Amino acid sequence: MKRFAKTSIACVALSIAAVTGHAADSSDPIVIPIHNWSSQIVMSNVVGQIFEAAGNNVEYVTTDSQAVYESVRTGDVALELEVWEGAFGASFRAALEKGGLHDAGDHDAVTREDWWYPMWTKEACPGLPSWEALNACADKFATAETGDKGRYLDGPVDWLKHGQERVAALDMNFVVVNAGSAAALWAEIGAAEADKRPVVVFNWTPNFAEAVWPGEFVEFPAWEEGCDKDPAVGPNPDALFDCGNPAEGYLKKAAWDGMKDKWPNAYCVLQNISFTNPQIAEMAKLVDTDELEPEEAATEWLEANQEAVVAPWVQACAS
Amino acid sequence: MSATQDLEYRTTKSSISNAQIALLLVIAAVVLACLKPWLPAWLIRVPVEAIPPYEGWLDALFNFIKDDLGLIHLTRALSDALENVLDVTANLLYGRRRWPNIGPIPWSAVAAVVAVLAYYLGGWRLAALAAFTCIWTASIGQWDLAMQTMSVLVVAAPIAILTGLIFGILAWRYRTFDKALRPVLSVLQTLPFFTYLLPAVIFFKVGPTAGAVATIVFAIPPMILMTTLGLRKVPEEIIEAGKMCGSTKWQMLFRVQLPSARTEILVGVNQVIMLCLAMVVLTAFIGMPGLGAKLLAMMGSFKIGRSFEIGITIVLLAIMLDRMSKAWVYKQPIHFQRGAPWWRKHQFALLGFALFVVFILLSELFPILSEVTRKQSLSQGKEIDKAIKSFLAIDGIRAVTEWLRWFLNVWVLIPFRNALLWIPTSAFILVIMAFGWWLAGKREALIAGLFFAIIASTGWWDRAVITLYTVISAVTLATLIGIPLGILASRSPRWAERTLLACDTAQTFPSFIYLIPAIMLFGVNDVAVVFSILIFATVPLTRYTIEGLRTVPAEITEASDMSGANKKQKLSFVQLPLALPTMAVGFNQAINFAFFMVIIAAFIGTQDLGQELQRTLAGTDLGKNFVLGMDVALMALSFDIIVRKWTETRKKALGLD
Repeated sequence: MKRFAKTSIACVALSIAAVTGHAADSSDPIVIPIHNWSSQIVMSNVVGQIFEAAGNNVEYVTTDSQAVYESVRTGDVALELEVWEGAFGASFRAALEKGGLHDAGDHDAVTREDWWYPMWTKEACPGLPSWEALNACADKFATAETGDKGRYLDGPVDWLKHGQERVAALDMNFVVVNAGSAAALWAEIGAAEADKRPVVVFNWTPNFAEAVWPGEFVEFPAWEEGCDKDPAVGPNPDALFDCGNPAEGYLKKAAWDGMKDKWPNAYCVLQNISFTNPQIAEMAKLVDTDELEPEEAATEWLEANQEAVVAPWVQACAS
Repeated sequence: MSATQDLEYRTTKSSISNAQIALLLVIAAVVLACLKPWLPAWLIRVPVEAIPPYEGWLDALFNFIKDDLGLIHLTRALSDALENVLDVTANLLYGRRRWPNIGPIPWSAVAAVVAVLAYYLGGWRLAALAAFTCIWTASIGQWDLAMQTMSVLVVAAPIAILTGLIFGILAWRYRTFDKALRPVLSVLQTLPFFTYLLPAVIFFKVGPTAGAVATIVFAIPPMILMTTLGLRKVPEEIIEAGKMCGSTKWQMLFRVQLPSARTEILVGVNQVIMLCLAMVVLTAFIGMPGLGAKLLAMMGSFKIGRSFEIGITIVLLAIMLDRMSKAWVYKQPIHFQRGAPWWRKHQFALLGFALFVVFILLSELFPILSEVTRKQSLSQGKEIDKAIKSFLAIDGIRAVTEWLRWFLNVWVLIPFRNALLWIPTSAFILVIMAFGWWLAGKREALIAGLFFAIIASTGWWDRAVITLYTVISAVTLATLIGIPLGILASRSPRWAERTLLACDTAQTFPSFIYLIPAIMLFGVNDVAVVFSILIFATVPLTRYTIEGLRTVPAEITEASDMSGANKKQKLSFVQLPLALPTMAVGFNQAINFAFFMVIIAAFIGTQDLGQELQRTLAGTDLGKNFVLGMDVALMALSFDIIVRKWTETRKKALGLD
């Protein structure tokens, strides 16, 4: 089955090259960066295997998810498959301004990043997920160092999450503490799980954590365009960030400017690639729950989705 | 008056006046602090408009070096060359599709060769350790990852050793070169790791090359220092003998001086290997493949059990390499009788080669000898996860950690931090100078004062103070735990050995893994940060306390026994004072480790320089990144200079040197 999948992609790819007479891709390896979360690693391997089936050479390199944009810009790596609006938007835009990389289109998947709590928290604070209810039971989230105010564990400062500003704008009874890494967030939830202590932390979807700890996002006043720029927008007329994050943030692909000329076919496929939320969750699950290695997970996923999902991306580049 | 008496006289005299000056400085600082409400603003904090735009200057300088001077073309050419070498090792060790396309070598064959080498260097016990390490790595399913790591290290370590050797020889030959090199090395040793990251990526391309370069830069200083030290210590008689034999300059160096300095040079080699392994996880941020990268991925998806297993593999590899290189230090060259047959001279090489071939053939028959797949592996990740979770769920543990968290945060750490932040900058600098004057002297005090003044002028004062507060808290706690532990352990040689092994383990265990249990025990706050640094900072204190007490000359302890001192008196009046200079070395290292770890603790969540450094990774704020890195380095250097000087004077006064 696996071999069949690969050959079938290869056949399609070859026929494309034969029919259209596209300029052939360079034989240099396409370097794909991988980071430290499973869906991105598997997705990178899936795309890598698609490229390989089309006859390209592919290599993977582990990098920091923020510093990677500098490497895309210089062409050391060819692309980046998961540009989250919230977490990496700033780094991406900064690199875009400097030049060297460009936006290679959005995935179907939407991302959401906001205040989140694991299900057991609801027992202590039944009014959730409304933010007013959360604020009313702020004392349930209090810790030694926050006094009687609740404690909210925000994402790392470099993710620019504006938790502090939101607490001020909505006059909430919470202290914002910044975790230093995703691992710190998980450790905090994991520790709270032991005695079912209520916690509210920063979290996002799609994410492996959904499978480990069922939970919900806090419902803040809905995002309106300009909430981050115009104080008038949102419930508090004098403050910025007085609403929740967009519930449908983008998930982009970024590509090195030189990729189009060096690997025209691969670049074309990259533009067509678009994953959905369930697909990404499935990829993460293969690694996080089923304990497969990322390469195996990618192969398995490709086998299952070859005909319906991947083939059209590759075929579309024929015309 | 004899020379020693003279020295004694001078040190006592100057130490009295030093203490007095220190006292005066402290009084001045207290007065400044008390007058805070009436002080002009510039004495409290350096005003924003007076802060020079270091960041912009550095950016401009950096771009000039990179583009106008064309350094980037040179470094990129170097990294291409390096990549070719790395490709070969990568192919051999884990089968990356590169020339020569013959790898990967089956794990059992590599293990056999390593075991034979270990036997040659240190006998059966070492061979058993080496074999166990290899079998563990393979059976836990991490062989491939370990080889990805090793494929970079087997290139990086020899380069670091060779370059270090050359620099060390140059520094020994040319005084001026030595003088110029020393400060650079000190800065390299104290610069936080996040400051290496961006330049490494920009100049050497993200991937194994950048990982290798960062590792080399990090590991090189001790090699240089030990080489110079070794060459300086070569006895005059040996050199005379060399001259009498009529050796040329080169013969002198390669046949006489370098072999005589063998022990020191090999200690340097050992240090390089250990530092290389210490970098395995951190370099994963810039593309180093293997164990480190996997560890980060595992931690990102909250798989503590499997990250723990990776940690154990790293420790085992480190201990194996450490013991092997140490055995090499003690092993003196073997000389065969004239006319010994060829095979006898090379028996170990032959044995290794034979086993290598045998295992390659065997692994053709039994695939498990070539690769242990994920499903066959003995990994117990999930079980360890469960064990950790149930440990944390124990009520007693929770109660203790909750109480510690409350007590330390509310009564110790937060008040201490607020107090330090309240002190005006000017008074703070005076206190630092007083500390330097009291322990070391005028020169060191002025340097430390200058360094802190520079930090103040960069505009990151508050964050620097928070970094310093974390370091002081952690080192204080580490002293309270580490020194008594060392004293206790040194009572019996067996316990001393065991404790030293525990120290080795704690030190090579990747620091990242400490972060998770720290958070799970104490939550994201200062207690977790201090706790994670504490583990790291206690190690050198315990180690050097044991070393210090062990090396007190037997005649002196016997003398104190004879004069009727009881155990307690002997310890506090004889052993400890004599061990103090050695313990100070441990203290110095503890401070350096703490400065290293406090930056990594940014991954827990801090509000100090580390957090800001982490933020610069997102953009490509090289200038700011470098300024912050220098702030950390300057603080660490100030303490380093002061403690070092104090150790020197004490040693001289005690006649220990």
